[in-house]
Formats: sequence, C-alpha cells, structure tokens
Amino acid sequence: MAEQVGADNSKVVETSSAPDFAGWSCPLPLADYPTIVMGHGGGGKLGNELVEHLFLPAFRNPALENLGDAAIFELSSGRIAMSTDSFVVQPIFFPGGSIGALAVNGTVNDLAVSGADPKYLSASFILEEGFPLAQLAAVVRAMADAAATAGVRIVTGDTKVVERGHGDGCYINTAGVGVLRPGINVGPHRAQVGDVILVSGTIGDHGMAIMSVREGLEFESQIRSDCAALNGLIAEVLDAVGNDVHAMRDPTRGGLASTLNEIATSSNVGIEIDETSLPVRTEVQSACELLGLDPVYVANEGKVVFFVASEAADRVLATLRAHPLGADAACIGQVTGQHPKILVAHTAMGANRVIATQIGEQLPRIC
Amino acid sequence: MGRVNFGGVVKNVCLDYVPEVAVGDYTIVHVGFALSKIDEQTALETLELFRKMGTLEEELASEEEAFARAAKAPQSPCPDGSCDPAEHIQPADAPTESRGR
Amino acid sequence: MKYLTEFRNGEIAQRMAREIHQVATRPWKIMEVCGGQTHSIIRNGIDQMLPAGIEMIHGPGCPVCVTPLGLIDKALAIAAQPGVIFCSFGDMLRVPGTDRDLFQVKGSGGDVRVVYSPLDAVELAVRNPDKQVVFFGVGFETTAPANAMSVHVAKRRGLKNFSLLVSHVLVPPAIEAIMSSPDNKVQAFLAAGHVCSVMGYWEYPPIADKFQIPIVVTGFEPLDLLDGIRRAVIQLEKGEHRVENAYERIVTYAGNLPAQKLLAEVFEITDRAWRGIGVIPKSGWRLSEPYREFDAEERFHIANIHTEESPLCKAGDVLRGAIKPAECPAFGKECTPRHPLGATMVSSEGACAAYFNYGRFLSAEDLANAGSALSGAANG
Repeated sequence: MAEQVGADNSKVVETSSAPDFAGWSCPLPLADYPTIVMGHGGGGKLGNELVEHLFLPAFRNPALENLGDAAIFELSSGRIAMSTDSFVVQPIFFPGGSIGALAVNGTVNDLAVSGADPKYLSASFILEEGFPLAQLAAVVRAMADAAATAGVRIVTGDTKVVERGHGDGCYINTAGVGVLRPGINVGPHRAQVGDVILVSGTIGDHGMAIMSVREGLEFESQIRSDCAALNGLIAEVLDAVGNDVHAMRDPTRGGLASTLNEIATSSNVGIEIDETSLPVRTEVQSACELLGLDPVYVANEGKVVFFVASEAADRVLATLRAHPLGADAACIGQVTGQHPKILVAHTAMGANRVIATQIGEQLPRIC
Repeated sequence: MGRVNFGGVVKNVCLDYVPEVAVGDYTIVHVGFALSKIDEQTALETLELFRKMGTLEEELASEEEAFARAAKAPQSPCPDGSCDPAEHIQPADAPTESRGR
Repeated sequence: MKYLTEFRNGEIAQRMAREIHQVATRPWKIMEVCGGQTHSIIRNGIDQMLPAGIEMIHGPGCPVCVTPLGLIDKALAIAAQPGVIFCSFGDMLRVPGTDRDLFQVKGSGGDVRVVYSPLDAVELAVRNPDKQVVFFGVGFETTAPANAMSVHVAKRRGLKNFSLLVSHVLVPPAIEAIMSSPDNKVQAFLAAGHVCSVMGYWEYPPIADKFQIPIVVTGFEPLDLLDGIRRAVIQLEKGEHRVENAYERIVTYAGNLPAQKLLAEVFEITDRAWRGIGVIPKSGWRLSEPYREFDAEERFHIANIHTEESPLCKAGDVLRGAIKPAECPAFGKECTPRHPLGATMVSSEGACAAYFNYGRFLSAEDLANAGSALSGAANG
C-alpha cells in the first residue's frame, strides 16, 4: 500500500504509477481501476469489490463482516451519546495527519468530551470520480490505525461517487456512539465561578499545519497537526477527579478563543486568562506572526480545555502531564463572576484586552 | 529569491530590494519582500537603552533575572527541542514580518 | 523571534511608561499614522499605560479604510466577472461595498483568492493563461515595492492576463492635510516605521518646520511605541519641532534606494480621494505610462455602478482622528465586525476593528479591573 503520504512537510503526494496493492487480500479486481469511477458508488459489483477488498480488510471486525444494511451490536446499559461530523479538509494529507485520521478522531473526541466512552463508528464516503484509489487506500489505512489506537470499531458505512468536478476528491462523514460514564455531569453550561481552566497542550498546531501546505500560503516548517484521539486522556482525568470536571471541550474550528467564549456564554460567566501562560510552540507563534493570525483563534484537533473545581486543578494538571498527549498541559485562567459572557486576557504588557469571538473562518476547510 | 527563516518557519522571500543582505543577516519582510536589513548592533544598543529606563531604584541584582524571565516569548518551549531556530539556519536567516501597509 | 520578542518585554515597558509619566507636565495630543501602530497600541493597552493627559489620536493609517467606496464597488464588479481570478490580502474579503463584499462575491461563484504576496498573483496568471488575474493593490508606501515588482515582473514576462487595481496612498500628504484642517488638534506625529524603511524620512523636516510639530519615526512593538511617544513628549515639553528617528535599527534617512528606484519607474504621483477625508492633492500613486497597460481600471471598463455610503457610518471622523471609534453612535450596535458599516470595522488596520476586537466596548475602568481574578490563579 502506498505509504509515502502525509508523514512529513510535503504536500499531497500524487501517485503516478500503479498503486501497490500488496497489502490487500485480493488485489486483482481493484488493480483494473486505479481511480474511482461512477460504478464504485452504484451498489453493484464494483462497489462490492471496494467494500470486500478495501474497507473490510482495513476495518476488520465482527459487526462489519456481516455486511448487513445495519450493524448490530450491544452496548452496556445506561445513557448513550451519539455524535456526527463531516470532514472536508483540504489538502487531504497534511503534516501530522490526514482526512482519515481526522474523521475518526474528530467523532471520538466529540463523544469523549461529552463524558462518553466511544465504541462504534460509521463511515460514509462521498468520492469524486477520478479520485486515485491509492489515496483512498491511504485514507482508509489512516482510519483503521486511528480506530485501533482509540479502541473503537468502524461497523458500518456507505460509499457514493459524484461526477468529476462535483466533489473535491474525498469527503467523509463519521457518526459515533458511546456509553456515558455513570454519574457524569459535564456540559458547557456547568462552568462555575472560581473554576480553574486548563488546556492539555500547545494551541494552534493543526490550523498552522494545514496553512503550511495550503496553496498560496505555503511555508516550510516542522509544524505538525496534533490530530489525536483524546478518550484515553479524558478517561484518566475523570478517573482522577470525577465530577470536579464541570466542562470540557476540544477547541477545533475557531480555536481556544471560540471554545472559551462558547462556554462563557453557555454558563453565563466571565473568563480571565493569562496570555503568557498559553502554551504555543515557537514555530506556530512564528507562523502566526508571518500570516497575521492569533494562535488563540487557530484550530486544534488533539487538545482539550477543562473547567475544573479549583481544589481539583493541581490533580488534573498532574494527570495530564503524566500522559503522552498532555505533556504540555497548563493552567491558563479562571472563571469569574465579573463581565459575564466576556473573555478577558491579561497581556504580557500588564494590560487587559478582550478576546472576542471570531467572525467567520480564519481559514476554511481545516477539518 | 532567498529563503528566510521566521523563527523556525521558512519561506521564499524576494531579496531584490536588499542586495547587501547576506546569509545570517536579519531583515524586515513585508508581503514576501525583504525591505530593510536590521542593524543588529543598533538593535542591541536600543534594547540596552530601554533596559536602563525607569526609576534608578529598580536597578537591582534581581533585575537580570526579571529581564531574562520576562524576555521569554509567551509560550512554552517545545519539549522535543525541535523549535530551536538555530537548527534551521538557512540562507538569509531573517525573521520579522512587518506590520502596516 | 529574535529582534521582535525582546521589544515586547512587559517589565521594560512598565519602566518606559514610568519615564513618560515623569517627563510629561501638560496634556498633549499625539497622532500615530499607521493602522498597524493603532492595533498594537490598543491590543497592548499602550494608551492605558500613558499619563492621563497624553492622548493618542488615531490617524488615517489604514489604506483599505481610505480607499474610496467607488473603487471598492469596482473591485467587486471585476471580481464577479466570469473568467477573472481576483486576488487580495485576507482582510479585504469582508470590507463592505455599497451592497456586498468580496466574501459574498466568492459565495456567488466569483473566483476570489487570498494571497500572501502579489507575486503569488503573478504566478496564478502564469498558471492560468485563460483567465484574467487581478490583484487589488491597496497600501501605503510599505506595500508599493511589492506591487511595483509584481507589475515589473509581469511586464518582463510579457503577461497579458495580469493587472493591478491600484489604491496606493502616501503618508506625508496625509499629515499635511490633517495639520491644515481647521479643527485639527494634533500636536505631534509618530511616523510609520515601515513606510519610512522604504521612503526614508527626508520628506518630513519640511513638514515639521511648516507646522512646527515634532515628528518621530516609530516602530510597532510596544517598546518602540513607548519610545516614540516618550521622545515626542520630551520635544513637546521643550517646545521643539524636530524630526527624530526612533526606529534606527531599520530606518535610515535616505530609505531603501533600490525600492525607490523601481517605484519611480512603475508609479507616478496623482491626486487621490481619501474616503472620509476628501481629495488630497498629489497623495497617491498610479501606474506610470509604460505600465499603464497593467491598470485594472483601464482594462476592465466598469461603468454604471451605484455607490452609496451608509448614513450611519462615521468612519471618516474616525480616520481624521476627530472621534474615537467607541464614540460613534453605531459602534457595537448597528456596526460590528459581523455587520460592518465601514472598512474601519473590518480591516486589519482599521481603528474601529481594533477597538471592538480588543474590547473597548467595556469602560476603561471595567477593563482595568477585569484581571483581578487572575492574581490567585494556579500557574502550573
């Protein structure tokens, strides 16, 4: 299988010659079609071959093998959380990740920050006629790897194909279900005055990684997307302090600023953060300077913001820092009863400034 | 065109307006063009002048520490050490994006 | 980043502010001309650090904001044409024309692209020979060398499908216009550091003499701004009116000669209308005769566009420094970054945008008190 994609600073790799099907169970039928054709979405022979020889081997699990119209599985009793997201990122391979990894981790993370243990995902593809099969294979491989790392299974899916010029290579939708942790009570409306705010690591990595390979804005750097599944990290924090976590969210589009503003509004509280305590990689800061962006508005795909009762803050910080995905975790601020719904930052100069919710996208199609 | 290092991020920049610039020099860059070489000696002298400002009582031994601490950029260093710009010295090592049009 | 971060040192900034408190004995009004400086002042709270009597008046330092509405409407009309790739810097996208903005044109099918450098637009022209590529060349003297080079390269490569929509304005005539205005209150200027890195500061001594005002060439970082303000205050206290260079590490008296040479070849001086201010004679650049073929206004004959300013928008008063953004009745109500009435609320150098985005809808007291909860916050 073609593995020369997305691992370094290079842009999308165009595979020129016939893709390497050595890793697939029965490559011969697919080898006749190096690119997606309309028939792959038709539900007929070609579509079946795609499922049998591409999706099934990658996502291999019992619920999927039956290839029924629906996946059948059991969930332990209790409340169930469900989430869905569509992924249209451009380019589909970028430093540190791919649309496939995002598609799995994005939905896993939405479930995890809701206090659920993610279990099963669906995966629907909308492919453009002409999309190289080798790229689809790489995307699917990335999804399989991400699912394995996150401990979830992809149990059902769908493929549609649209005519050339009517799609953009590959769009993916994933939906996921998970079991809510018993007794959990987190939500964006639950932040309380006095809560300490922590972030699990450096901000702005994902958005700037995409920028670095976006046409017209490219630059060379070592910046990599932080795309990662956060359910393991979150589980450890909840194990440590339980409902002392009042709110948590992953700051994706719109960045940390949008997430903090959303929670401030939902909970009707004010937020104050110390700008000098925000963890930002030097290169991300530089890239933001270069493009006139503020890291607080730049998307993340592997970070969590926690609002915790103040007495639990130290324990949460220690738990985060002990985990590979939380090594750069930091306390960044507090919830206050003043200026409700407004986020204020204390600057390096010693002055205060408001960080407003951003209008529109700083950069479209980053996830 | 030259390659310019902005604190670890490298971009192609037109150097036609600063023919005197050599590898290792610092410049001001605006929308993809280097506009002026930064005179490093002057920069250091200016900083030294700034440091000395304010009431004299503030000139304590701990001031060195305060300066060093406050002079750090407002971000944590990369744990894997990959952010050190010195590792990415390229022809025309030159940060600073200018503001204002 | 080296030679950038050091000039943002908070402790040194506090000390420099204290110096200004010590030397100021009377109220003074100082204008900064560059929008980038305005943003830096508001974002970093530099104005909050100054003695109460020192007032920073924000000047027309936003080239997008002073571009006439009619030209914005022409840009929108060009961008909406099929077969055109319209390129601009990012913050132009949401600048409101009479009834729409570039973002909406894009949404309706126009090919509008954000680029980092005008050379990227030239590259697009090379790669898309069947399209007309237009770059919206808005700026002060800082951006002009980049735009000049783009046209120069296009001419050298014989490109027939690249053109520049020019809206270049010059700082010294603006300073003269402001000082000549009957209700002017400005007593000193901070000249724009990066404009001067290109043009030098030889144009300013005659202005300083004519109007008897101090002019200090100033940078953008907090320490640079505080130093510029400090020097201006010292001169004002002594009754001096000299031109000083507080940005010596970058700016020289003569400026960038290779850039000025190409500028003289590609551009020529012209009268320009400044939105909100009016026509200022000899205050802009247009393409010179040998380069006129690359002028987008001439290549695309746009006629019959309806241009109408919003009656509520007071951007003109803001640009002249007559009012602060927060004093405009529409500020934060009918006019926000989401629904801007004028360019000053959306341009990256617009004063209204700076005030809104950094929270100057809170009172100064509220903003100053807002950080009190942090004194007890854990810091890891």
